[in-house]
Amino acid sequence: MDNLGTWIVWPILLPLIAIIPIFLRKRSGAANVSLVTAAAIVLAVAGLARQVLTNGEQSHAVGGWDAPLGIMLHADGLSVFMLMMTAIVGAITSIYAAGYRFQGGGDSGSSSGYFFWPLSMFLWAALNVLFLAADIFNLYIGLELLSLAAVALVTLERKRDATVAGMRYLLASFLGSLAYLLGVALLYTAFGTLDLELLGARIQPDLPTAVAIMLITLGTALKTALFPLHFWLPPAHGSAPTPVSALLSALVVKASFYLLLRLWFEVFPAALTPAIAQMLGLLGAIGILWGSFLALRQHKLKALVAFSTVAQVGYLFLLFPLASTSAGWGVDAWSGGVYHAFAHACAKAAMFMAAGTLAYAIGSDQLDHLAGTFQHYPFSVTALTLAGVSLMGLPPSGGFIGKWLLLNSALASGQWWFALVILTGSLLATGYVTMVLSHILLRPPDAAPIEPRNTRVSFTLEFAALLLALIALGLGLAATPMLALLRIGMPFTGY
Amino acid sequence: MSQFSLYAVISMLIFSIGLYGFIAHAHLVRKILAVNIMGSAIFLLLISAARRDPTAPPDPVPHAMVLTGIVVSVSFTAFALALTRRIYAETGQAYLPETEPAISAQKQDIVQK
Repeated sequence: MDNLGTWIVWPILLPLIAIIPIFLRKRSGAANVSLVTAAAIVLAVAGLARQVLTNGEQSHAVGGWDAPLGIMLHADGLSVFMLMMTAIVGAITSIYAAGYRFQGGGDSGSSSGYFFWPLSMFLWAALNVLFLAADIFNLYIGLELLSLAAVALVTLERKRDATVAGMRYLLASFLGSLAYLLGVALLYTAFGTLDLELLGARIQPDLPTAVAIMLITLGTALKTALFPLHFWLPPAHGSAPTPVSALLSALVVKASFYLLLRLWFEVFPAALTPAIAQMLGLLGAIGILWGSFLALRQHKLKALVAFSTVAQVGYLFLLFPLASTSAGWGVDAWSGGVYHAFAHACAKAAMFMAAGTLAYAIGSDQLDHLAGTFQHYPFSVTALTLAGVSLMGLPPSGGFIGKWLLLNSALASGQWWFALVILTGSLLATGYVTMVLSHILLRPPDAAPIEPRNTRVSFTLEFAALLLALIALGLGLAATPMLALLRIGMPFTGY
Repeated sequence: MSQFSLYAVISMLIFSIGLYGFIAHAHLVRKILAVNIMGSAIFLLLISAARRDPTAPPDPVPHAMVLTGIVVSVSFTAFALALTRRIYAETGQAYLPETEPAISAQKQDIVQK
């Protein structure tokens, strides 16, 4: 039992264990088992966070087998930060899904809705594996499990749009994984190790390494939906069932971003040139502008929220040029980017949930049909607004902290063009959030009063969205302890 | 040229063939096959890397990676084929809808000529 005494294995084991009773109990109780497991995972992550805060970084050799043949788990501040993001969004999405009615199979207790539970647990386990992996091959495994679970979730409702979007997502995602795997194969051939730390110490700037870095960066950029590789994201995230959209936009794109972050700052530094970082930053900047621009042109609420994800993912990539010049502002940029990922996860999941509730209630997610929904569903509209505040980056939201740190480092490092993009992006976000709110709150004088189709929306749906939006807002107030956690094992010396 | 570099070059060639097939063909089954070819190219590279020094015993780590990689690629193939069947059942065609009209437009051009 020695190996089970540590907290680090539980975030991975718990969801995997839960899948067994979920499959055995079939229809009845799947949601209950999942909710109990979600609570247990939150506790396990809290336990691990406490351990990391008091004792520093944690390592664990699974089954007592050491590297290279065994599997090592490793938790530092960044891992715990991402695990916490996953635990919060995952648990609240589970609550939401318990009240959600999946189409094509009645409520979440039957047919297509039933499969949400084992698949979401599978997705959760894959995310936790990825965040705790200590070698580049286990990162690949996590990435693959994640894509398979994510695509299965997208196609859950057997709708034509979602099936086609899922297929496109699957192909794009697998292509990305193959590029990554080829990069891993090249790195292993050249340096004879998979371990992140050893690889970082051995890496040399030569041609095969440059090719490997390029392949890995391309593969993960495809999976994170960096412009111009974002084509698969809006249809997949827009047409998936609402709890799935929330999980995908909040967590799944962050997983491949996390992978790139680990590799760029802990493995590749010796072999990088500033030009590649500038390139990534530039693509991120175009993504911010292009995604926001397309969000403004959407007529459907869920599609708008999905395009907003393309824009918000762009901010994550600004981190690379800003933090690569390893001066004081590098830390700010790095933590700012990671903080933005967390805040966006909460805000975007809340926004998708609120949007899904409204769409379900009025039977359509056309923006034109939203007028008058505030009177019937004040909590959902409030959640939408609060999540929007975080996306715009207004204080005191979590989005504000992330953007503020990025903005500071852009100015401090003299890369004013990125500062300009950050501000323009916030302005555009204000534009599309206001556009949604004006559709909801301002009713055209000649319009007939709209009667909601399903007046009885489960309170769980409204509550879950609001809770998550409040967390996104509250993240701004909890910045000091969160940033302190993030600094444990941070890849910058002198802090 | 050592035995390993020969295998490495060949595996890169196979990978490129797979990538070409993936981009050039719109039919979903062809795309799935192309992805499998790309995967096999990477497995070839790893297996040959395991025995770079013919006098030493082979390195077991790439073998473990290839085994895991095969499992992943079988799961992907099964799932992708199942999705393809569903798309075929719903649209009557094994193409992704946006690539399909372009092809039929080309065919119409040919018919008109």
